[in-house]
Amino acid sequence: MTRSPSAVTQVVAIGIGAALFFVLGRFVAIPTPVPNTSISIQYAILAVFAVLYGPWVGALAGFIGHLLIDATGYGIWISWELASGVFGLVVGLLLLRNAIGDGEFTRATAARFSLAVVLANAVAWLLVAPLGDLLIYSEPANKVWTQGALAFVSNSITACVLGTVILSVYARTRTRTGSLSHDR
Amino acid sequence: MTTPVLGYIDRRGPLHALSGVSKLVLALGVVLGAMLGFDVRYLAVVAAGSIVLWGVSRVRVRDLAVVIWLIAIFMTLNNIGIFLFAPGYGTELFGTRHVLVDGPWRWDLTSEQLFYQLAVTLKYVAVLPSVLLFVATTRPPEFASSLARIGVPYRIAYSVSLALRYIPDVQREFRTISQAQQARGLDTTRGAGLRTRLRNLTSVLMPLLLGTFDRIESISSAMELRGFGRGRRRTWLVSTPLRTPDVLLMVVAAVLVAVPAVLLVVNGGRFWNPFV
Repeated sequence: MTRSPSAVTQVVAIGIGAALFFVLGRFVAIPTPVPNTSISIQYAILAVFAVLYGPWVGALAGFIGHLLIDATGYGIWISWELASGVFGLVVGLLLLRNAIGDGEFTRATAARFSLAVVLANAVAWLLVAPLGDLLIYSEPANKVWTQGALAFVSNSITACVLGTVILSVYARTRTRTGSLSHDR
Repeated sequence: MTTPVLGYIDRRGPLHALSGVSKLVLALGVVLGAMLGFDVRYLAVVAAGSIVLWGVSRVRVRDLAVVIWLIAIFMTLNNIGIFLFAPGYGTELFGTRHVLVDGPWRWDLTSEQLFYQLAVTLKYVAVLPSVLLFVATTRPPEFASSLARIGVPYRIAYSVSLALRYIPDVQREFRTISQAQQARGLDTTRGAGLRTRLRNLTSVLMPLLLGTFDRIESISSAMELRGFGRGRRRTWLVSTPLRTPDVLLMVVAAVLVAVPAVLLVVNGGRFWNPFV
């Protein structure tokens, strides 16, 4: 049995997901050996939210959270904010009808999740963000593709590893369906 | 972590007195206008206007010094990046080539490239002050009600309001959990190596997330019990009525969006080309 969260739960999940995205993106940056890129753990959280609460929560939490980060920091850069939303949307769509809420996180689900994350990252950072930069900001093509590729690689790895860990721990906290047996 | 979130600055100024709706419309107008337009003259006018607005607002540069520094660094890096990756992009756009400095290999400095990068930088200077001013002069609750009043569905506006409401809570919880784990010997600061740091961070994230899921459940039950989402509209605690200056501001916003659209036709493209 898969349940879909109620409309009110979705509203709350969007708000709190955006708040989490904002806090993690704004204050928790882990610098990497590669200059100018940091590991953004907020995308792992966003993927988890998209899986548990559905594609629209993923899309809006990502978009609002990223917009808040940018409005209070680096300035609005609409193409990348849209890409965050698209990432959440795609992960959520590819994992519709999962049974993680019922405590089922099998290897097959983990593989499906990883695949979805990589695919969603590809759409967001290799398609939406660079195209937006080209169309809206008229940036040179090779620069935006390089930036997009860097973001794709680092976000894919982080979201896959961290997201899988989080979901498997979460699944263990849920009561499995059919976990009770008849005592004769 | 102790810095106040979303830098609302409580100081009575002319911009503080305006309604959130008109300020939001203006900020949107500037963002949209600068998104469309790449005409340097237009961008320069908007940038100048933004700076004048800043002067009027009684928000001091010192209030937002950290943010401005961040932006300046980002802007410089972006400019260097553009030049390193595409030093000939200006020539490609404008179709002429005036070399100023003969650099190594393909990195010749042309006036077309400088002009293009000036436009990119001006885009920043035009948009940023208005967005920062909006954030600094609008109370977070009014932000959400303004969104609803310009036509965003109220459920989404309410999520934005929830996000703003819970950012400090999430921050506090993150800090508490992180300190508790550090007391147990799990280092998540710069001192630890990348691998240990990532592993330790997971042990901070897990309790934070599980706590968040519980919180989502209790908030949504509370909202459901109070009948959230039953009606087609809802009222907002904070909303300022529109007055003459607000209407004027919204007219300015409309003009800001209209001008680049007209310039697109006049210039026959996105860029104004002074080189031909």
